[in-house]
Amino acid sequence: MIIQIIDYLKERPKTVRVSSYIGIAIMLIWSVLAVDNHHAHTWAEKYIPGFWSLFSLGAAVVLIFFARWFGKSGIMTREDYYDN
Amino acid sequence: MTTSFIHPALILIFGGLLLPFVKGPFRKPYLFIIPLLTLLNVVYLSWHPGVYGVVNFMGGDWTLTFGRVDRLSMVFGFIMALMAVIGTVYGLHVNDDLQHIAAWFYVAGSLGVIYCGDYLVLFLFWELMAFASTFLIWFNKDKGSLAAGYRYLLVHTFGGVVLLLGFVLRYQATGDLSFVLLSEENTHLYTWLIMAGLMLNAAVPPLHSWLPDAYSKATVTGAVFMCAFTTKTAIYTLARGFAGFDILIVLGVVMAIYGIIYALIENDIRRLLGWEIVSQVGYMVAGVGIGTALAINGTCAHAFAHILYKGLLFMAAGAVIHATGKSKFTDLGGLYKKMPLTFFFLVIGGISVSAFPFFSGFVTKSMIIAAGFEEHLLIPAFLLTMVSVGTFLVAGLRLPYLIFFGDTRCSDETWSKAEDPPWNMQLAMLAASFFCLLVGSYTPFLYNMLPYTDVAFHPYGSYHLSETMQLLAFTAIIFIFLKDKIGARATISLDLDWFYRRGGRLFLWLAKNPVQWLDTCWGSAYKVVGLYPLMTTARFWSWFDWHGIDGIVDGSARCVRAIGRRVSLTLQRGQIQQTIYISITFAAILLVSYVWL
Repeated sequence: MIIQIIDYLKERPKTVRVSSYIGIAIMLIWSVLAVDNHHAHTWAEKYIPGFWSLFSLGAAVVLIFFARWFGKSGIMTREDYYDN
Repeated sequence: MTTSFIHPALILIFGGLLLPFVKGPFRKPYLFIIPLLTLLNVVYLSWHPGVYGVVNFMGGDWTLTFGRVDRLSMVFGFIMALMAVIGTVYGLHVNDDLQHIAAWFYVAGSLGVIYCGDYLVLFLFWELMAFASTFLIWFNKDKGSLAAGYRYLLVHTFGGVVLLLGFVLRYQATGDLSFVLLSEENTHLYTWLIMAGLMLNAAVPPLHSWLPDAYSKATVTGAVFMCAFTTKTAIYTLARGFAGFDILIVLGVVMAIYGIIYALIENDIRRLLGWEIVSQVGYMVAGVGIGTALAINGTCAHAFAHILYKGLLFMAAGAVIHATGKSKFTDLGGLYKKMPLTFFFLVIGGISVSAFPFFSGFVTKSMIIAAGFEEHLLIPAFLLTMVSVGTFLVAGLRLPYLIFFGDTRCSDETWSKAEDPPWNMQLAMLAASFFCLLVGSYTPFLYNMLPYTDVAFHPYGSYHLSETMQLLAFTAIIFIFLKDKIGARATISLDLDWFYRRGGRLFLWLAKNPVQWLDTCWGSAYKVVGLYPLMTTARFWSWFDWHGIDGIVDGSARCVRAIGRRVSLTLQRGQIQQTIYISITFAAILLVSYVWL
């Protein structure tokens, strides 16, 4: 059953993509307009609409590129490095 | 009211010792019942808080406490015992008794540490954990496991010695062995030594390299046990002894970031999960450092949730390794068609660790971050939120994607071997998944167990929901665009273990070259200068021995032999009854004279 569901979704990539974007858009609109942000801890969270979306975009890009740069700077090495 | 106290560790130890004698149809039920009894015992103890198992040792100088049952030890004891049940069910198909015994002794060590009240008992069980878990690595027959086991043992022995040094110095200074909260205002050398010893087991950098190294080399079931017990027991001890130490906040945040960066570039499934343990335990270390009631509750809750979802992830990873024999992303991919259930369970673990609403991470991780914000520790709190993004990238997206989706990198043999694991492994994964969902959806289950009852935390506010969904949605979008940047690459990542792995080699080189040369020189000099006088002296002593000593010794021997012959002629006339009669009479006379006198 799990296989059928995945295959069904894989055959319709466009539908999956569009419905995901719609879902994210609804969630964003709800977050910006309806969510009470009195419990926010910082100024930025209160006054920047969709703060956490921007934060996660930034954080994910920074982490991926930093990890890549860090790995390529000599940390990632051949698999038999310790073998000889 | 007196409560009968049986230490939960004893059930596992005796259960383990008896296991080799349990055969045939009784073996599997027995394997299930022993950890279950332990769990029931832990639950029973949690209804009766108090101090049990107090023993006077060394003539009453030291008081050993084996059973301190309070709310902090209760929550950790419960999750350890629960994980012991799940882990044993996962390993039911393993026929090697020694593996089960090692795993149970390991859990016993963990429970012993959790319920102990002083450093001596702590140390005893601490070492039991280290030794028992080493065997879980050694039982793996793969290349490199033996060496990894030795490295693991050496590192933990070092940690144990540091801990020992710390509490002995403390005993010398204060005369106190009790394992209680240490003061942050009044620190001594011993405070830092004890902390370092405990932190080594929690894999706090720079004492962390053993973790991914060892966990990736353990047996499939061994790794499921190891991922739960060592680090979280250490978190318990830190929460007990070092709550509120500010340095732990810094170390915890460093640890969380460090682990997630390495996890992003890792190629081995279980090493990736190991790095993620480092990262997640970073949250707990930071929580202990914050030290408020909410933070300590958050630490306990996160440790609880972490054991379940990390166990689940290791079980799913183990299922892949069990079926295919491969553990590298470069040898896997596209497997959802062959192992759909394993995929399903892995995703449950992945979304639990990523803090999806209704799953366990959502209600636990946020407590620690909220405690950080409440204490106005903005930088740590934001950095930990950044790590949450990284966690979703690693465990929720990269891990399932590289095993189950994308182009398959499997060989034909791997592809044909891949299948869902046996029923017992599936059952264990199902149980862990159930608890991940239960913890996340029905918060009183876990929240009522937490040590501080007077703090309330409500994770299901609309603000927290919106924050989490924004974080998750946009991380997923970034992953779709940048997934090739963190794809599978056939590399290993160098880490601080380089120093002792390469350092060992330097030592060998030193031993081979300069030290060997020195030895040869010394040998030649000794031959010329030392050997001749030595031989002369030896010759004299040999003469003396032959003529002087032997004469006396042989003389006495001859004398004894003559007496013996006379005795045997008199007493032993070849009739066994007579000999027995004489012996018994002699014994009776001895006995009577003893009583009489």
